[in-house]
Amino acid sequence: MTEALLQVEGLRTHFHTFSGTVRAVDGVSFAVGRGEIMGLVGESGGGKSVVGFSLLGLIDPPGRIEGGTIRFDGEDLTAAGEARMRRIRGREIAMVFQDPMTSLNPLHTVGRQMDEVLRLHTDLDAAARRARSVEMLESVGISRAAERLSAYPHQFSGGMRQRVVIAIALLASPRLIVADEPTTALDVTIQSQILKLMRRQIRERGASMILITHDLAVVAEMADHITVLYCGKVVERGPADTVLRRPAHPYTRGLIDSIPNPALRKERLNQIPGMVPDIRNLPVGCNFRDRCPRATALCAEVEPALQDRGSGQWAACHHPLDAAP
Amino acid sequence: MLGYTLKRLLQMIVVLGAVSVIVFLMMSFTGDPVFMVVPIDATEAEIAQARRILGLDRSMPEQYAIFLKGMLQGDFGRSYVFREPALDLILERLPATLEIVVVAMLMSAVVAIPLGVYAGANPGRTESRAIMTGSLVGISLPSFWVGMMLIFLFAVKWNVFPSSGRGDTVEVMGTRWSIFTADGWHHIILPSLTLSLGTMAILLRITRAGMMEVTRQDYMKFARAKGVSRRGVLYGHGLRNALIPVVTIFGLQLGDLIAFATITETIFAWPGLGKLLIDSIYRADRPVIVVYLMLVATIFVVINFLVDILYTWIDPRIRVK
Ligand SMILES: Nc1ncnc2c1ncn2[C@@H]1O[C@H](COP(=O)(O)OP(=O)(O)O)[C@@H](O)[C@H]1O
Ligand SMILES: [Mg+2]
Repeated sequence: MTEALLQVEGLRTHFHTFSGTVRAVDGVSFAVGRGEIMGLVGESGGGKSVVGFSLLGLIDPPGRIEGGTIRFDGEDLTAAGEARMRRIRGREIAMVFQDPMTSLNPLHTVGRQMDEVLRLHTDLDAAARRARSVEMLESVGISRAAERLSAYPHQFSGGMRQRVVIAIALLASPRLIVADEPTTALDVTIQSQILKLMRRQIRERGASMILITHDLAVVAEMADHITVLYCGKVVERGPADTVLRRPAHPYTRGLIDSIPNPALRKERLNQIPGMVPDIRNLPVGCNFRDRCPRATALCAEVEPALQDRGSGQWAACHHPLDAAP
Repeated sequence: MLGYTLKRLLQMIVVLGAVSVIVFLMMSFTGDPVFMVVPIDATEAEIAQARRILGLDRSMPEQYAIFLKGMLQGDFGRSYVFREPALDLILERLPATLEIVVVAMLMSAVVAIPLGVYAGANPGRTESRAIMTGSLVGISLPSFWVGMMLIFLFAVKWNVFPSSGRGDTVEVMGTRWSIFTADGWHHIILPSLTLSLGTMAILLRITRAGMMEVTRQDYMKFARAKGVSRRGVLYGHGLRNALIPVVTIFGLQLGDLIAFATITETIFAWPGLGKLLIDSIYRADRPVIVVYLMLVATIFVVINFLVDILYTWIDPRIRVK
């Protein structure tokens, strides 16, 4: 088996705030294969974005990567200096943010914001950079691309802006795209267009993608593998089909049950009861136990470790779903 | 753009017209200027004649019409004291004031903006706290005290800069400037520094506040995710987004310094507008005061216009209407 493009081991990213240490990401491991789309899911506050920013070395104080390794094509990025990371950002790993209304600089033309990437990461001359930008805008479905280069972000609709953001992310042909809730801020009708566009672009270029979302329906449509995050820890991961069809962790089950999609919904639509615990003050044992229908005394005492469930599926639960409670 | 400029020009004319009315009224209610021109022992007949010559025997609207007509022709009357056209007196002094003010504003911007960007981008650091404390000191110190301290240190104690006067001047475009001679620069430094401190502190704080807001924005992180350096992100993406309030304050301070450089000019015996104004007020030299007020109003109106143009240049979302 060839080595995965990205191999994250025991990643710990903490924020040292006045009100205590936030263990936003606490011992997270996962891998992303070449040409693969990995869905990173979980409720808001679970640490998904922090994982994404950690990969790019964009954790600012009071945050810090406290431990673990991020092996990208064999190189440990947690040990790379800022100069090295600058050459990785945009060129090797690119990012797409949640809100296209705010991720573009309102004062620079779209052309300038695209050109910036090519200036940083290629040796192309001005004419070639322009040609490349036009080509890229066209390939993400923006018409009259040459004209649009001199337009400002506010002259585009939300969906169009996200296309621009995707075009910027793809410009320097990165091998990994981290898309952090790329469709959450968009209208439902536009969401699926953008997702299809992203999938096609990723597949055509043979790139890999980490698709961060709180919406399992999106992951079901897009991902090859799934990693479920809860309170900064991986509670389940495995091939998308397996995890969606036979979830082992009650939390994953809960997420699936709250998808408003008849094709995937097993019972009636229901939200997971209770609230995410305060991440500064996590309970002993399993973090999910207060919201879990299967919790026992054991769950309050011992934190479950990730266990191999066969066929690539792993879950951190004392009472996994396909076993007797 | 042309339509906008014309509209603004019209607006400026209306504002200046209003100012002229206010100035005229103010002048009419502050004593009888006839006593400034007649000798102390003048007879009733002489006073009446002077009154007629000055046009003071006419009705107020008539007087205003005369005042306005003269003004439009660049005739503000002669200074009662110097017996020269008041406008010439003011224009002769204006370059001296402009010199120290422009240098002061440049000093402020060059120091305040980088420090403000630094403090705004690194709010927790000790260096940033030191910068902010320093700026508070800059705001709180009165300029007369700063001026005197600078004279004491640099002129008296260390003897590196002169304490008064303009130094050598050369004639450029019909007026005399110190800014084009080495000796002139030598004289400009201390008064400009004195003028600049307050503005420096204000600009610094405004820049910092803007940058603190801007560094939280997604596009800053997105720019970094593209591989832009930290410095490139701060100056290439951040600063311009924080610039609108900075430019606003810059414009206001510029007008303010031109209008009220008086104290500093007095301390450094700098022969600018401020000194002339003080002298004219003491001697109730009405024409000079009128020119001064109209000039200051014009400068404010013009700066305001330029600042509005700058807005649209900084932020394409701001449309000229
Ligand atoms: N700059 C920060 N300072 C302090 N806490 C932070 C910071 N950024 C994120 N966190 C915390 O880390 C946790 C995970 O956040 P995040 O990764 O944004 O969640 P998600 O993307 O899954 O919604 C949250 O509890 C959040 O409060
Ligand atoms: Mg997030």
